[in-house]
Amino acid sequence: MDLQTLWFAAVAVLWTGFLLLEGFDFGVAALLPVLGRRTADRHLMLRTIGPVWDGNEVWLITATGAVFAAFPGWYATWLPALYLPFVLVLLGLIVRAVAFEWRHGSHDPRWDATWTRVITGGSLVAAAGVGAALGATTLGLPIDADGVRVGGAFAGLGRASLLGAAAVVGFSLVHGALFLALKTDGPLRLRARAFALRWSPVAALPLLAWAGLVQLRSGTAVTAVLWLVAALAVVVTWTRVRRDREGQAFAGWATVLLASTATLFGAAFPVVVPSTIDPAFDVTIAQASVSDYTLTVMTWVAAVGLPVVLAYQAWTYWVFRRRLTAEPTHDDTRVAA
Amino acid sequence: MDVLDIARWQFGITTVYHFLMVPLTIGLGILVAVVHTQWVRTGKPEYLRMTRFWGRVYLVNFVLGVATGLVQEFQFGLAWSEYSRFVGDVFGSLLAMEALLAFFLESTFLGLWIFGWGRIPKKLHLATLWAAVIGSIVSAYFIIAANSWMQHPVGVTVGDDGRPQQVDFLAVLTNNTALAAFSHAVVAALVVAGALLVGIGLYQLRRRKLADRPTTDVDHAVWRRSVRLGGFVSLAAFVLVAVTGDWQGKLMYQQQPLKMSSAEALCETEAPAPFSVFAWAKLGSNECDDVHSYTVPGLLSFLAHGDFSTAVPGVNELQEEYSEVYGATYPDDPSFGDRAGETIDYTPVLAVTYWSFRLMIGMGGVSAGVAAYALWSTRRGRVPTSRIGVYGSLLAVGAPFVANATGWIFTEMGRQPFVVHPNPDVPVGEQVYFFTAQAVSPGVTAAEVWTSLISLGLLYGALAVVELFLLVRLVRTGVTTGDTTPTPPAVGSSHRDDGSDDDPRPGDDRADDDVLSFAY
Repeated sequence: MDLQTLWFAAVAVLWTGFLLLEGFDFGVAALLPVLGRRTADRHLMLRTIGPVWDGNEVWLITATGAVFAAFPGWYATWLPALYLPFVLVLLGLIVRAVAFEWRHGSHDPRWDATWTRVITGGSLVAAAGVGAALGATTLGLPIDADGVRVGGAFAGLGRASLLGAAAVVGFSLVHGALFLALKTDGPLRLRARAFALRWSPVAALPLLAWAGLVQLRSGTAVTAVLWLVAALAVVVTWTRVRRDREGQAFAGWATVLLASTATLFGAAFPVVVPSTIDPAFDVTIAQASVSDYTLTVMTWVAAVGLPVVLAYQAWTYWVFRRRLTAEPTHDDTRVAA
Repeated sequence: MDVLDIARWQFGITTVYHFLMVPLTIGLGILVAVVHTQWVRTGKPEYLRMTRFWGRVYLVNFVLGVATGLVQEFQFGLAWSEYSRFVGDVFGSLLAMEALLAFFLESTFLGLWIFGWGRIPKKLHLATLWAAVIGSIVSAYFIIAANSWMQHPVGVTVGDDGRPQQVDFLAVLTNNTALAAFSHAVVAALVVAGALLVGIGLYQLRRRKLADRPTTDVDHAVWRRSVRLGGFVSLAAFVLVAVTGDWQGKLMYQQQPLKMSSAEALCETEAPAPFSVFAWAKLGSNECDDVHSYTVPGLLSFLAHGDFSTAVPGVNELQEEYSEVYGATYPDDPSFGDRAGETIDYTPVLAVTYWSFRLMIGMGGVSAGVAAYALWSTRRGRVPTSRIGVYGSLLAVGAPFVANATGWIFTEMGRQPFVVHPNPDVPVGEQVYFFTAQAVSPGVTAAEVWTSLISLGLLYGALAVVELFLLVRLVRTGVTTGDTTPTPPAVGSSHRDDGSDDDPRPGDDRADDDVLSFAY
C-alpha cells in the first residue's frame, strides 16, 4: 500500500473514531430534554460524559488536522466550499464546550437549565453540521477545475448534505441512548433502552441510505459486503436491545457505524471531493496529497503517537467505568468528585 | 472592505482573543501543578486550598481557550485556502502533530484531573495534571514552530509546482526563530499567571485585614503564599522575557529587518542607530518621513547587534531594496484578485508596529514593577492596605495580557505584506515566499466572511462577559469549605431539584458550589 492510500485510510479511521466517540456525547446531550425528565436525571446524564467529551472532541481536531496535513488539496477545497456549515459547527462546538464548564457558575437553577439547553442545542448543530460536511465530501460539491466552489454561499448545500446531517444526528441519538443504558442505572437506564429499541431501526436509515448511495456510485464488491454488514448490524442491535443485552447492543450499533464509514470511504476512494459539475474536476488523493517525504515523517509520528493516545484514552474509560445513578451512594460520590 | 480585508480582521480578532486564554492556561497550569505538587509533598492544608481555588480559575479559563482554539484549526481552510494549498507540505503536518501529541494529552488528562479527586491514587492524580500541563506546553511548541516557519521558512526547497516542499523536518522543528519565540512565549505566560496570583492575593489579604480576620489561619497562608509565589515567578519570568526577547529581536534584525526598523520608525540607515522613546506622525500617513521621534542615541545598534556603533538599515532604504527584489507591483495574475498590478507597500503599518512594540515592553515592565511592589509590601509577614497599591495591582493583572497581545500583533503585522516571509539566508532565486493578498479563499464571498466575523464577534463578546462575571464571582468567593478536603463532600447536595435551592443552607451551599466546579 502506498503512503497516500495509507493516509487516506488514516483519515478514514480518525473520522470514524470521532463519530464513534463524540457520537455518544452528542447523543447524550441531544437526549437531555427527551430522557432527562428531572434535573437530577439531566445531571446524571451529563456526568456520564463529563470526563470524556473534551478528549472525544480532539478526534475532530485531529481528523481535520490530518486532512490538512496529508491532503491540503482536500482541506482547501472542502472547507471554503462549505463555509457556512463549518462556521455553524464551530459556533455549536464553542457554546457547548463552555457550557459544560460554566453551568456550575451560579446557584440559580435557571442558570443551570439555560446552559443545559445550550449543550443540547450546540451538540445538535455540531452533529448536523459535521454530517452535512461529510455528506457533501462523499457525494459531491459544485467545484470547478481549480477546486473552487461555483454558485455562491449555498451552492454546496444539497440533498447530500441533508442526508449526511440526518445520518450523523440519527446515529448519535441511538448511540447516546445505548451509552446511557450502559453507563447508568435506575429508571434512566430503562428509558434509554426503550428509546433505543423504538428508534434504532429508523435512525439507521439515513446512514444506510448515504452509504448505499456512495456504494451505488463507485462501490466495489468488498464495500457492498461492508454495507450488508452495516444493515445486518442494525438488526442485531435491535434484537440485543430487546433482550436487554446493553453491552452487545452498544457493540452492534458501533458496528453499524464502522461498517457504514468503511463503505463510505472505501467506495469513495481515491476521490476525496467529487465534483457535481464534471467528474473530470474530482479531487483525488494523488492531486490533494503532500510529498512522500512529509507523509513518511507523519507516518512515523502517528505510528508512535496514536497507540499512546489510544492507551491513555482507554485508561480514562476504565477509570470511569462504574455505572452512575441519580441517588448517590458513597462510591458514586467519589465517581463524581 | 473586500474579502481579503474582512478575512484579515477575522483572523486578527479571533487569534488575539484566543491568545488571551492561552498564556493564562499555560502559566497558571504550571503554577497550579506546582502548588498541587507541594501539597502532595508536604500535606500542608494551604497548598490544597490553593490548588483548588486556582484550579477553578484555571478551568473556567481553560475551557474558553479550548473552545476558541477550535476556530483556529478550521479557519486556515475556510478563509485562507490558497495559503493552505501553498504551505500544505509543512504547515498542516505541524497542526496535525499538535492535535495528536498535545491536544489529546491536555484534554484527556485534564478530564482525569477534574474527576479524579479521591478516585485515583494521590500521586497518580497529581501526574494527570502534569500531563495536561505538558500537553499545553507541547501544543505551544508546535503552533509556534508553524508560525515561525511563516516568519522564517527553513527546511524546504521550491517544488515543481512553485510551492515549498519539505526536505528537512528537523530543521523546521529546530528553526531558531521557533526556539526563540517559544521560550519567549512560555516565560511571558508565567508573567501573566504571576500577575494574577499577585493581584488577587493582595486583594484578598487586604480584605481580610480590613475585616480583622486572623493572620494565623490557613486561609491567610493561602493568599500570602499566592502573592509571594506570584511575585517571585513574575519577576523571574520578566528577566527571562527580556533575555529571550533580546535573542528574538536580534534574530529578527537578520530575518525581517523591515519589521524591526518599522518598530522604531527608523527611516534612514544610521550608524550608530538611536532607539525611539516616543513618536508622533501625520494622521493617516504611512510615510516614514512624516514620523518625528524622541530618541536615545546608539541604543538601537546595541539592541540589534550588541554594540553601540553598527549601522541599522532604515525603512526607506529597505522598502526600495524589497521593491527591487520582490517586485514593485503585485504580479498581473488572477490569484491576486483586485490587487493584481497594484503597488506593493513593503512597510508595515508604522503606527501599529511602533506602538505595539512599545506597549509590549512597557506593559511587561509594569508587570515587573507590580511584582516587585508585591514582594516588598508583603515582606516579613506584612499585609499592605494601601488602596492604590492593592487595587493598582489588581488592575495590573491586565498588563501582561496586553503585553502578550501586542507582542503577537507586532509579530504578525510587522511581517506584512507577506504571509510567508522570504528567508534571507537562502539565495533569492530559491526563496519561498507568499503575499497575504494571494492567500485568501477565491470562491468565498464577502457576505460569508461577514457572517462568520459578525457571529463569532458577537459570540466572543458575550462569552467574554460571562467569563469575567464568573471569574469575578470566583475571586470574591475565594476559598470555599469544600477546598479543605481532597475528596469533596457528598454530591447529594448537588441535586438541586425544582429550584428549591434558591436559599440553600449556608454550610451546604459552599460545599455544593465546590463540587460542581470540579464535577459535572
